Amino acid sequence: MEQSKLRMSSSPHQHARENTSRIMLEVLMALVPAATLAVFFFGLRALGLMLVAVVAAVATEALLQKLSGRPVTIRDYSAAVTGLLVAFGVPAGLPLWIVAIGAAIAIAIGKQVFGGLGNNPFNPALVGRAVLLASWPAQMTTWVAPFTFLTSATPLGGGARPAYSTLFLGAVPGSLGETSALALLVGGLYLIWRGIIDWRIPVGFVGTVAVFSAVFGGDPLFHVLAGSLLLGAFFMATDPVTSPMTSWGRLIMGVGCGLITAIIRLWGGYPEGVTYAILIMNAFTPLIDRYVRPVRFGAARK
Amino acid sequence: MTKAKTFGGGIHPRYNKERTLNLPIVDAVVPKELVFPLSQHIGAPCQPLVKVGERVLKGQKIADSDAPISAPIHSSVSGQVVAIEKRPHCSGQDTMAIVVSNDGLDEEAVPASTGTSIENVPADEIVRIVREAGIVGMGGAGFPTHYKMVPPAGTKVEMVVLNGAECEPYLTADYRLMMEESEQVVLGLRLLMKALGADKGCIGVEEDKSEAIAALKQAREAFPDIEVIPLQVKYPQGSEFMLIRAITGKELPVGRLPAELGVIVNNVATAVAVANAVTTGKPLVERVVTVSGSMVERPQNLRVRLGTPVGALLEQCGLKGQPGKVIKGGPMMGVTLANLDVPVIKTTCGLLALSPEEAEPLEISPCIRCGRCVDVCPMRLQPVFIAQFVERGMLEQAEAYNATDCRECGCCSYICPARRPLVQNIRLAKSAILAKRRK
Repeated sequence: MEQSKLRMSSSPHQHARENTSRIMLEVLMALVPAATLAVFFFGLRALGLMLVAVVAAVATEALLQKLSGRPVTIRDYSAAVTGLLVAFGVPAGLPLWIVAIGAAIAIAIGKQVFGGLGNNPFNPALVGRAVLLASWPAQMTTWVAPFTFLTSATPLGGGARPAYSTLFLGAVPGSLGETSALALLVGGLYLIWRGIIDWRIPVGFVGTVAVFSAVFGGDPLFHVLAGSLLLGAFFMATDPVTSPMTSWGRLIMGVGCGLITAIIRLWGGYPEGVTYAILIMNAFTPLIDRYVRPVRFGAARK
Repeated sequence: MTKAKTFGGGIHPRYNKERTLNLPIVDAVVPKELVFPLSQHIGAPCQPLVKVGERVLKGQKIADSDAPISAPIHSSVSGQVVAIEKRPHCSGQDTMAIVVSNDGLDEEAVPASTGTSIENVPADEIVRIVREAGIVGMGGAGFPTHYKMVPPAGTKVEMVVLNGAECEPYLTADYRLMMEESEQVVLGLRLLMKALGADKGCIGVEEDKSEAIAALKQAREAFPDIEVIPLQVKYPQGSEFMLIRAITGKELPVGRLPAELGVIVNNVATAVAVANAVTTGKPLVERVVTVSGSMVERPQNLRVRLGTPVGALLEQCGLKGQPGKVIKGGPMMGVTLANLDVPVIKTTCGLLALSPEEAEPLEISPCIRCGRCVDVCPMRLQPVFIAQFVERGMLEQAEAYNATDCRECGCCSYICPARRPLVQNIRLAKSAILAKRRK
């Protein structure tokens, strides 16, 4: 044996198997049920939108990292997650080039200008969605009905109120990945079970919307099942980079998102408020992390 | 049955204990030359009491110190002092050591039947015996045990806790002791309780070690003031802070002594050493070391004479090939060794040889702010922020985030999905802050 080949390092010498790419891969896996149902309801158009968005996001990330001379990190799958989430938030009839621009903007303006993964203050996918909503408001709100592709309004946007079971399964007009509560719950619960996301954010978010809308005369079950709420609560507000780092902080994040969403839905000018609610709470995340801190060990009791 | 006790935070590393769990302790080979560093404990190093050329006996005191926080050192064989010089030490630096050439006779310095019994030994005599036997915390900390047995004025120790958690992966030395020498564990605990005038004794053991729990329960049968407490299997359950939290429900603030909460904690191996010292009159000259790791051909629990070079143990257990890392202690808090001439000292509880693949440097990626390090930190720190402050040279901020509370258990670095060197950076902060405070 050669002693010179012994490596010296500071403990610990053992590490968890889970790494960043594994976490992102798990999120992608959790999105599979909703993606599958999107293809089922909206056909190959949905598949096309998702593929284009993922390719655009990953290509943008690689290109910008190459241009700025930084290591290319597309293998951490975070750009793929962002691309897919952008596609989940658009109507099935949207031209492919628009979703490509949305995904590229999500990565370029939402993430890479801040220095890449871990440094962005706002959820990149929601930045992309907000830009698309402002730039192509007509196309972004032209919804089509499942199977028939006939233009129709979403349930939240004043369209027909479907039965709860239809709403739960997701056979309603809406954004690609948002319509099926069932698929999102399956994916979201999987992420909680695997310890990838903290239950406090979705529970705080969804619970607050339900309670708030019930108190002010809305139909809580309808408000929970309709719109972007479940996608936002399980997959967007839980983005580790843009949500707080302590348990209490995460609960505040969830409740805050729920309050803003409910206020926009009930009294705002838009039918849906999840996107802006999460973006606003993203802005508060550094503040929450600054003030909501764990109690020092030994300080709790005498 | 109530739920096993524990603390908040913590991790579940791969335990890898099965290789040695059911292997009885066997004697290690005794080498031709043994090296006794003058520093094997926390506190003042000893001064040699012998000269080069002098003959020494097994159990003879060969170094001691007048300092209150120190413990004497004894030869573990009979033979001749061949050198007193700087030798490699597990701290990474060469330190002064007494080198003894073994004559193979094992001639004892202490006559047989020198010991006494718990009934006949007064409290202050126990403390004296423990000091003279050179006993220090054998779980890895190495704090002189006799010093803990005299609590500071104004404090009253009500409970002596024995640490049988052995939460470090791979290590099974304490487990084997609890199984094979459960009577001595209980006797050691009773001696510590008598010395301190404590009414209550507890032995904390992780609940998956049910055979050890059963053995200890049987051994304490006649002593209603002693309790065996099952603990949840979680790292770092064996940290003094977490053990006190689990057993008493109280949190010890950093910088305060356990005695202020009416508790002192000792390792089970330390308790066995105390029992042996009192009943046989013999000092601490050997200890149990788990030799394991993926590169070790025949992992074992070895009873090793102090002063044995670790290379001799690896040779005895066999290596499958070139190891990538050799670690003194466990994988969570152990230190890597560059030199296999380093001897086993009083705090060497394990020796691990890991493969070159396991020793590969980690690929560090950007922090994704997931907060896992915050969730697992048993001291409820925010490792991510402290490490960031250190990277930016913001020491005051690191201090404001209680960097010095860190016990360096390594849960944060273990769990980090971006493989960031969190505890490593916090260590830097701690030493810089403490250096500044000393000024």
